Amino acid sequence: MSQSTPTREVAQRVFASEFNDAGYTFKESDDERAPVYLLLPTGESSNRVFFVGTLTEKEDVGEDDEYWRGRIVDPTGTFFVYAGQYQPEAASKIRDLEPPAYVAVVGKPRTYETDDGTVRVSVRPESITEVGATVRDRWVAETAERTLARVAAFDDEGNEYARMAREEYDLDPETYKAAALSALEDLDGGDELADGTDGTDGDADGPPIEDAETAEL
Amino acid sequence: MSELRQEAEAIAEQFSDHLDVGPDEVEERLENLVNEYRVPLDEARRSVTNSYLDDAGMERDELGRGGAELVRVNDIDEDEQWIDLRVKLVDLWEPRSDSISQVGLLGDESGRIKFVAFETSDLAELTEGQSYELSNVVTDEYEGDYSVKLNRTTSITEIDEAVDVGDDAETVEGALVDIQSGSGLIKRCPEDDCTRVLQNGRCSEHGQVEGEFDLRIKGVLDDGKTVTEVIFDHEATEELTGMGLEEAKDMAMDALDTTVVAEEMADDVLGRYYRVTGPRFRRYVLADEVEDPGAVDVDSALIEARSI
Repeated sequence: MSQSTPTREVAQRVFASEFNDAGYTFKESDDERAPVYLLLPTGESSNRVFFVGTLTEKEDVGEDDEYWRGRIVDPTGTFFVYAGQYQPEAASKIRDLEPPAYVAVVGKPRTYETDDGTVRVSVRPESITEVGATVRDRWVAETAERTLARVAAFDDEGNEYARMAREEYDLDPETYKAAALSALEDLDGGDELADGTDGTDGDADGPPIEDAETAEL
Repeated sequence: MSELRQEAEAIAEQFSDHLDVGPDEVEERLENLVNEYRVPLDEARRSVTNSYLDDAGMERDELGRGGAELVRVNDIDEDEQWIDLRVKLVDLWEPRSDSISQVGLLGDESGRIKFVAFETSDLAELTEGQSYELSNVVTDEYEGDYSVKLNRTTSITEIDEAVDVGDDAETVEGALVDIQSGSGLIKRCPEDDCTRVLQNGRCSEHGQVEGEFDLRIKGVLDDGKTVTEVIFDHEATEELTGMGLEEAKDMAMDALDTTVVAEEMADDVLGRYYRVTGPRFRRYVLADEVEDPGAVDVDSALIEARSI
């Protein structure tokens, strides 16, 4: 019973450190409206992500209209989330949340190239919800497992996205394996509520507002 | 009635013309194999059936009526087999082609299977909810999914005893990443046997009607590898969100808008992990049971991770 409904893209599980290293995007077809995929350095395509972390800061960086930026921290780094007038529910959710708080985010990867040529990766949220520590821990364990599986399959013959990652990036997948294992090991050491900013990312500024908008593909 | 008892009665029935054997005796033998010796039920049925075949000096082919074998729908695993079924018509669908007279789902104790009947076969119409003995239907396979085709030689016998339809339930686990439209507080068509969800107060079959309120969530579970669409019915939705129908109606009344209900529910369920068990119906798994998978077992996750 095949249906004509288009298949929904899976939400990839990826830690912030790997996500932020992924600057390369591509399409699977020439169609102008074909979905844009972010190439993960461990060799996977991603048109949607699901992650759970600690919202440590929120700021309205918009000029005329509200444009909210959230910093969401996982064991490896920081996800930047931007929500404005076109994501009204997510924007109002960020506005209402009081950091620090565990949040679960479903969203689309977005890239933006700065003037000096570095590529910033951020998330345009489809939904943000406040969750508990057990959900966060489950996500960390799941994401570690998925990351390790991608690294293990990196040298497999016929792994098209791994081949693409080798061509597009100069990044060693073993780094992500080490990060995934240490994230998992940290879960073992008790479960205190993450209390927020620990300076995992030296650069506090995401893309400036106008440029972030133009980055919306 | 227990599953064992059902099996026992079916076996006793099969041999009723050949041996003096009652369901009690069969049940005892099945029970011994299944409970004492931990033999899977399928295997136990086979073994008990074989021993009665020996007693009766019969070949397996001679069981059942006519030539074709009475088969359970979930045991169908080969293309182009002529078989007999003892089933209930679970659901009728809209035929997509003029050559098809009826299409839908048949079910028995083992599960459900799609069936197709063609105009050219000139068969009596089947009725939803009625149980039948169908002899001489042909199995068909498409991309690993089996169905059965009724044909000109198929004989259809209504039976009075209702066939119990088992759920070929599956379990899916993942994060709830989306709630689809048509969730929250909805209205259904009140016409008999129609339960269609109204769109702007209209039923696609019966037009403008005074709808009846109901709760449901159409959600998407995503485990990072596959996505599964899941429908939570009134009961499952209430269990999941803690929100009952009256509360939902009040909430919608206050806001003069029913969509607030789905938004409120989204806050409670999006981004959480669930383990859902239920039968698959077209694209959807119907959530009969919903569990929170709870705290992650870090030790076993570590062991697994290090083995990758």
